[in-house]
Amino acid sequence: MIKVDHASKRYPPGFDALSDISFEVAAGELVTVGGHSGAGKSTLLKLIAAMERPTGGAVLVHGQNMGSLKRTAIPYLRRNLGIVFQDQKLLFDRNAFENVMLPLTISGFPPAEAQRRVQAALDKVGLLGRQKAMPIMLSGGEQQRLAIARAVVSRPNLLLADEPTAHLDPETAADVARIFLEFRAVGVTVLIATYDDSLFPDARRLVLAQGRLQ
Amino acid sequence: MSMWLHQSGDALRLAARRLIASPVNTLLSVLAIGVALALPAGGQMLLANALQLARNSTPAPQISLFLDLDADKRAIRDIDGRLKNHPGVKAYRLIPREDTLARMKANEGLADVIEALPKNPFPDAFTVLPADDRPEAMEQLAAELGKLSKVAHAQLDSDWARRMAALLKIGRTGVLLMALLLGVGLIAITFNIIRLQVTTHRAEIELSRLLGATDAFIRRPFHYFGVLLGLAGGIVAWMIVAGATWWLRGPISELAQLYSLEFSLRPLALVDSIALLAVAAALGGIGASLSLSKHLRDD
Repeated sequence: MIKVDHASKRYPPGFDALSDISFEVAAGELVTVGGHSGAGKSTLLKLIAAMERPTGGAVLVHGQNMGSLKRTAIPYLRRNLGIVFQDQKLLFDRNAFENVMLPLTISGFPPAEAQRRVQAALDKVGLLGRQKAMPIMLSGGEQQRLAIARAVVSRPNLLLADEPTAHLDPETAADVARIFLEFRAVGVTVLIATYDDSLFPDARRLVLAQGRLQ
Repeated sequence: MSMWLHQSGDALRLAARRLIASPVNTLLSVLAIGVALALPAGGQMLLANALQLARNSTPAPQISLFLDLDADKRAIRDIDGRLKNHPGVKAYRLIPREDTLARMKANEGLADVIEALPKNPFPDAFTVLPADDRPEAMEQLAAELGKLSKVAHAQLDSDWARRMAALLKIGRTGVLLMALLLGVGLIAITFNIIRLQVTTHRAEIELSRLLGATDAFIRRPFHYFGVLLGLAGGIVAWMIVAGATWWLRGPISELAQLYSLEFSLRPLALVDSIALLAVAAALGGIGASLSLSKHLRDD
């Protein structure tokens, strides 16, 4: 599913965010990437989501080299990818339903079918009763669950999450972690960057320190 | 195709929603565009009315052919035949020299003078109504008819037509100039409004990209935003011109009556109205496109 082959990322003027990283993730696996903040976890996820290009080595997803993709090919690739962003990136001028609808609108889903899928995704994260709520009216945990619903609504086979349990109280964090485990159980490959990998006891653990795999 | 329709419909709804979301800004923008467009549109309306007035209140231009004094019946029949078959001649009429003499004698001041002449001094004549009333065409026809045998002189009664044509040309150029200038202004207005829109929706644009949106998908709502703004401005311009027409109609009719003219100001013609709206929408779209290519390039 994912193959990272001697990948590195250097930001000008000479800061190495990642150095010579190699690992593979098989389909259906649950993998956590641990490490302190600044260790390169977010950069690694950005390389996999083609938000950044590696400055050395290669990152392959579904056998495609993310570093050498044409700009016009990236949108179609991202549609098969569910991403939960560290800062969630919810749109505060749209309600919960519309936020989750956005990926389906982008990929051009027929509206009736899209509506069913949005409701299924909201149901999955326990927000079906709050479709009309604006994000500002949701608690931190609910906002995070909304972000997850948006990431999974197009039923990707790869789910990336960047610190999905940060800033949540332990109970809510466990709740959110459980949702990821449920997706893994139905065959979705899940890669989670987290400083607290104790929430995912079954996961294969990768640990980054100063841009290198431990 | 149906996907494209869905997405376009969504983008259009989104654009409309954004327009409505900030009603004061939208209203001011639409007013600015409307006033700018009202000037050339109003100019066009006045021009069309001036043309109408000119057509109605001046006699149709004609060419007078004066024959040689020795032209006989056969020569007249010959010319008659040529005029009948000429494609550039709409209508013509023979004025026999006897009729002219009689008409002149009826004129009190001239009667004595004409009586004193030994013979009829007037030639036979034709009046010709040209099919094409553009000055150049009429002049060409007059020159051609002047060369017919036994035609002594072809006189084109075209001074007024030339003056009118020159005046209308100035009017048309003025309207065009105004339309060009204000069209550029409209593009600039839309350009700036779309720039602000892109800034306002930066987060959404960035997110949409991350969720797999193509450039076309991202541009579409902004593009429609520009088109809708232009269209709304066009409608405002149309209403300004319609209002001005309605307001000016009374005073202008009064003035026309003082000159014994039957004239009432007409509103913008249907074709001109449609053109106004189409141009307004197109300019809004162009402004948006230019702005998007500049402000959406690399993020």
